[in-house]
Amino acid sequence: MKVGLFIPCYINAVYPQVGVASFKLLKSLGVDVDYPLDQTCCGQPMANAGFEEESVELAKRFDRLFEQYDYIVGPSASCVVFVRDHYGQLLAKEPHRCASEGKIYDICEFIHDVVKPTSLQASFPHKVSIQNSCHGVRLMHLSSPSELNIPYYNKLRDLLSLVKDIEVVEPERPDECCGFGGMFAVEEHAVSGQMGRDKVKRHMDTGAEYIVGADGSCLMHQNGIIAREKLPIKTIHIVEVLAAGL
Amino acid sequence: MSTKHSKAAEKFQENKELAGWHDQTLWMMRAKRDKISREVPEWEQLRDMASAIKMYSNSHLDLLLQEFEKNAQANGAHVYWAKDADEYCSIIYNILHGHNVHRFIKSKSMLAEECGLNEYLIQKGIDVVESDLGERILQLMHKKPSHIVVPAIHIKKEEIGELFVKEMGTEPGNNDQTYLTHAARKNLRHKFIEAEAAMTGANFAVASTGEFVVCTNEGNADMGTSQPKLQIAAFGLEKIVPDREALGVFTRLLARSGTGQPITTYTSHYRKPRKGGELHIIIVDNGRSNILADQEHVKTLNCLRCGACMNTCPVYRRSGGYSYTYFIPGPIGINLGMLKAPLHYYDNVSACSLCYSCQNVCPAKVDLADQIYRWRQKLDGLGVASSSKRLMSGGMKVLMEHPSLFNLALARASWVNSFPRSLVYNGLNDWGKEHEMPQFAKESFNEMWKKGKVK
Ligand code: SF4
Repeated sequence: MKVGLFIPCYINAVYPQVGVASFKLLKSLGVDVDYPLDQTCCGQPMANAGFEEESVELAKRFDRLFEQYDYIVGPSASCVVFVRDHYGQLLAKEPHRCASEGKIYDICEFIHDVVKPTSLQASFPHKVSIQNSCHGVRLMHLSSPSELNIPYYNKLRDLLSLVKDIEVVEPERPDECCGFGGMFAVEEHAVSGQMGRDKVKRHMDTGAEYIVGADGSCLMHQNGIIAREKLPIKTIHIVEVLAAGL
Repeated sequence: MSTKHSKAAEKFQENKELAGWHDQTLWMMRAKRDKISREVPEWEQLRDMASAIKMYSNSHLDLLLQEFEKNAQANGAHVYWAKDADEYCSIIYNILHGHNVHRFIKSKSMLAEECGLNEYLIQKGIDVVESDLGERILQLMHKKPSHIVVPAIHIKKEEIGELFVKEMGTEPGNNDQTYLTHAARKNLRHKFIEAEAAMTGANFAVASTGEFVVCTNEGNADMGTSQPKLQIAAFGLEKIVPDREALGVFTRLLARSGTGQPITTYTSHYRKPRKGGELHIIIVDNGRSNILADQEHVKTLNCLRCGACMNTCPVYRRSGGYSYTYFIPGPIGINLGMLKAPLHYYDNVSACSLCYSCQNVCPAKVDLADQIYRWRQKLDGLGVASSSKRLMSGGMKVLMEHPSLFNLALARASWVNSFPRSLVYNGLNDWGKEHEMPQFAKESFNEMWKKGKVK
């Protein structure tokens, strides 16, 4: 089983430590993981802004880059689900079928559903509040959406429960959007900013020291709010918690 | 980079107290909806059924509507077909004119809003009175609904108090809800008694029986229709359901989804004219049949107008109904506006973070967020895409298609961290209005990997 690590553009530029933690975590679980060089972006920002066409070449590159792997695994639910849900259609005019859509996983989903570890070495003696991201919840099904009448589940919580000394909580309105939404955060900055402040406040109300999530873009947005308002809470990507001490 | 919506939303957010109250109040409706939907074990199956029934009805409209017409006529009703708003308005006017009606009472109908009925009739000299309390308040204030189920949700009781002093002679400064409601009731009683004709919309029309169903909480629709001998009802053609069994699926979903009630206080079935009276029913198209052929957007016709997608929408709750340019706001309004006239209403398409919550609350499974995503892809072709977004997307495309450029940008990115604040937060940077900029890493992941630092 060969896994190609997918590092989205903003993680590459802003949060390389999340990439490092992803690599270490997968390795520590015995996964044969490699990083195909020269990755850039999956194309989601352009497509969500209404310029899907601009993403076609990127989709082609991406599909080729990961051709030889059995799985593609990346630490960003939103980017991963963009590849899964949209690449088939973006590459519809290609002579061969899109290879990526069926084998791409968010790293939490992959560890939870494919690797299925029963224990982790990590210890993280802190109280954390889960950032259930919209695309993680409603498109990738990492947890049960609060709107649906289905039994509760949360793959992030399951994984975090393997970490020693941690206390895990979820905020009120557990999966309300934090307001990132790519270019939405710029175009609708007043609403987006308010959504972000409301979200961070609800995380703080739990008494958590960290906001922990599987979507770095939501964390980046909330981090910008925290820094602006000088709030006493931090953000951390879930893989950094799961890989703590590696 | 801004739209009519984003500018109006920014204004709405200036009054933080009111904006926060708006968000909380609508969220409470969403929370009530969550709670009550969990009391129905078969909730998700009901949503599946509702969607399937709507898809069936909307693809058999010709048969079902004719069946309805036949049965309604057999019940003694007059049935009319209106192809657009003009026909709808003139049919109603002709009925009223033909019966020498001057005082006309009507209950809330989004179709009437859609077609501009009140303005039309008032211009022709007919005194139209809205009997739903929220609509009545708006009518007296000369304002439009900001929500399809709770139309006056944006208005505070102090404003209503002031209005009632002027309109109904209530005590100045007394803004007690019960007091004001009683005053409104007393005032409306006269209107009910004086009315020479009454009108309602319809939430559902049942093909197999020729009846139509009106769901309200105040009973004002029933008060209105109980007095005058002349009754008019009008509905958009997608309101048709095959039979009463199908109807049951929708009445179980409607109020639970919209307001978190098990059922609306009044669910009135109208079938026949009253003894000695007349019942006129108008079936309205007004652009709906064009949507039938549009595979990408046909599911908007599933909509029950329950309002749940507004209550859950994080953008609607924080920007208010008036920030949208179409008369129906929120996720369904964004889509209906685009179907009505894309070049008029494209400003609303950006008012969405693509969180997909609307799609999950919708009782009839309208694929609201997917449709918004699809509309965004069409804006460029319509010639109305945002030029700055196109520029950003185009720039990103060039950068991302060339790994060497991307890597160069990555290597330089951390320079940005040390730019002076005045340069970064200069008012042109919309991100910088709400947030600090992310700090670029000294070394990107690509760089670290190449140097063998990832182990
Ligand atoms: S689209 Fe769905 S949730 Fe929105 S008003 Fe219509 S039925 Fe209700």
